[in-house]
Amino acid sequence: MSSIITRRTLVAGGAAASALPLLGRNAFAQAPLGVGFIYVGPIGDHGWSWTHDQGRKALEKQYGDKIKTSFIENVAEGPDAARALRQLAQAGNQLIFATSFGFMNPTIQVAKQFPKLKFEHATGYQRAENVATYNARFYEGRAVIGTIAGHMSKSGQAGYIASFPIPEVVMGINAFTLAARKVNPNFKTKVIWASTWYDPAKEADAAKALIDQGADVITQHTDSPAALQAAEQRGVFAFGQASDMSAFAPKAHLTAIVDDWSGYYIKRVKEVMDGSWKSGDVWGGIKDGFVKLAPFNAAMTPAARAGAEEVEKGIVAGTLHPFTGELKDQKGVLRLKAGETAPDEMLSKMDWYVDGVQA
Amino acid sequence: MNSIILVSIIMTLVAASTPILLAALGELVVEKSGVLNLGVEGMMLTGAVAGFAVAFSTGSVALGLIASVIAGIGTAMIFAVLTLSLTANQVATGLALTIFGVGASSLIGAGFVGRTIDRLGPLFPEALSGHPWLRALFGHDIIVYLSLALVLGVSLFLRRTRAGLILRAVGENDASAHAIGYPVIGIRYAAIAFGGALAGLGGAYFSLALTPMWADRLTAGRGWIALALVVFSAWKPGRLLLGAYLFGAVMTFELQAKAAGITWLAPEVLAMAPYLATILVLTMMSLGRKTGRLDAPACLGKPFSAS
Repeated sequence: MSSIITRRTLVAGGAAASALPLLGRNAFAQAPLGVGFIYVGPIGDHGWSWTHDQGRKALEKQYGDKIKTSFIENVAEGPDAARALRQLAQAGNQLIFATSFGFMNPTIQVAKQFPKLKFEHATGYQRAENVATYNARFYEGRAVIGTIAGHMSKSGQAGYIASFPIPEVVMGINAFTLAARKVNPNFKTKVIWASTWYDPAKEADAAKALIDQGADVITQHTDSPAALQAAEQRGVFAFGQASDMSAFAPKAHLTAIVDDWSGYYIKRVKEVMDGSWKSGDVWGGIKDGFVKLAPFNAAMTPAARAGAEEVEKGIVAGTLHPFTGELKDQKGVLRLKAGETAPDEMLSKMDWYVDGVQA
Repeated sequence: MNSIILVSIIMTLVAASTPILLAALGELVVEKSGVLNLGVEGMMLTGAVAGFAVAFSTGSVALGLIASVIAGIGTAMIFAVLTLSLTANQVATGLALTIFGVGASSLIGAGFVGRTIDRLGPLFPEALSGHPWLRALFGHDIIVYLSLALVLGVSLFLRRTRAGLILRAVGENDASAHAIGYPVIGIRYAAIAFGGALAGLGGAYFSLALTPMWADRLTAGRGWIALALVVFSAWKPGRLLLGAYLFGAVMTFELQAKAAGITWLAPEVLAMAPYLATILVLTMMSLGRKTGRLDAPACLGKPFSAS
């Protein structure tokens, strides 16, 4: 017990001491709003964590001196995350973004200890008064690249390097395959489960294995551009993941699904500033600017380009939902009746494959 | 399965095995001298980033390879000074070296994120590797051939040369080696430098040949596999070669099996396969030995001071 008191006293003392230099300034100007981030990976991964950090940089650009951002990268999911979150909370941040699914429980737990602070958790489903959740409809982007794959593949076989069979990934495989099969009804998607989010050498080898087995379009749900490099070397097409990866494979890279969190981050910071922030759940897609597509490669045929643009426009207009009935799964079970679109709940629990997926 | 696919599998297999083989071979020599350096992953990463940084800045992959060797030796020397001259605990220092290597490589690499270079190409001209089967022999880059030559070299060095005998003596009984006048610390410094050089080169194989880019933690834990291989090979270069290639083979076949649509095996089981197979075969080989004595160098991990 005494150790806790000591620690608390220490923290209070430290907070008071760190506040001292601010006092003078506070008399003239408002202290900057502290915005903290924790990332599951390194910001140099070109993928998930990198795109969140791009969002943080966009915040700095937008608000300048009015905010002060800080981040902790490579935070392991689990107890470490609680420690990192607590650290950010005690450092005076008023809004904290926890940017990985596995940070969900630690975020809820730490948010209880700091009821005055606001927390945002990416891709989670647990909310609280001061914990909001947000996610992106990546499957919309996958429907666009699936359409392109359907047009560009000569063998009618795509290779898909997948990480783990969670609904998010399964949803992506299905959206990609459904879209490709609208173009080419015999289209097949071969899936390799890499059982990792990040292992560049293995991702590259997986791409090579898929190409060996006849795939001439490669896409991935893992985080590095290694698969693209392998595709470039073997002269087949591929798509970037999370960010524009064309620098790694100028010929192979047809386009990329780009995660863009900056719009959401800018909006939420503004809401904290003017006091209108409320907990909630946002699942934004192409229309909301959460998901974008990188510039199309000149190698894309006019048909592929037109098809991709049509799907993109249809999704934005709300006239096209990538999961629209009649839809049967791999085993022939009817999942959606004709004309019916998949409710979000069905998507977020997806654990079945559509026809044409070989997983 | 046609021959083109088979050759392609062999190429992937060899490429996947080479960095593990290099790092493990270096560590084998280090352990033969009686030192346990758990910092292989860290040395690989500093080699990988230094190799990429120099290759990108100068446009020369060859200079990048040299830089990676120097960076590997430099990192290894931190370990050597701490454990040999200051007799720090080898296990703790080695682990710290890996953490240091992860951080240092990330810091140095920050400016190179998102850049690419031209990958290290095949050593022999295209004409020699036109036919698929010839490609399996002549289609590799220089590091692959170098790694095979190094296995042979290290094997001959350890078994057939006086210097190799002295190195092994230092690892088996440092006090006696010291008593008859061999510079134990100096020999261990040299062994650690060699280990660092090969780990650095192994790391550079990722950033210059396999995936020509810099990304944080590019080696993704291969350094630990290399460490395990040394133990399972019973400190024998020939078995090490077998173990590294077996690991690469099962890893490649695992991916090919998934790509070919073998779905009755859970993907998680297939992902375990390379590790299981390596452990199984190398353990069986160790069991097959008649003597049954422990193969580890007797002074492995023990600090030595000449006083």
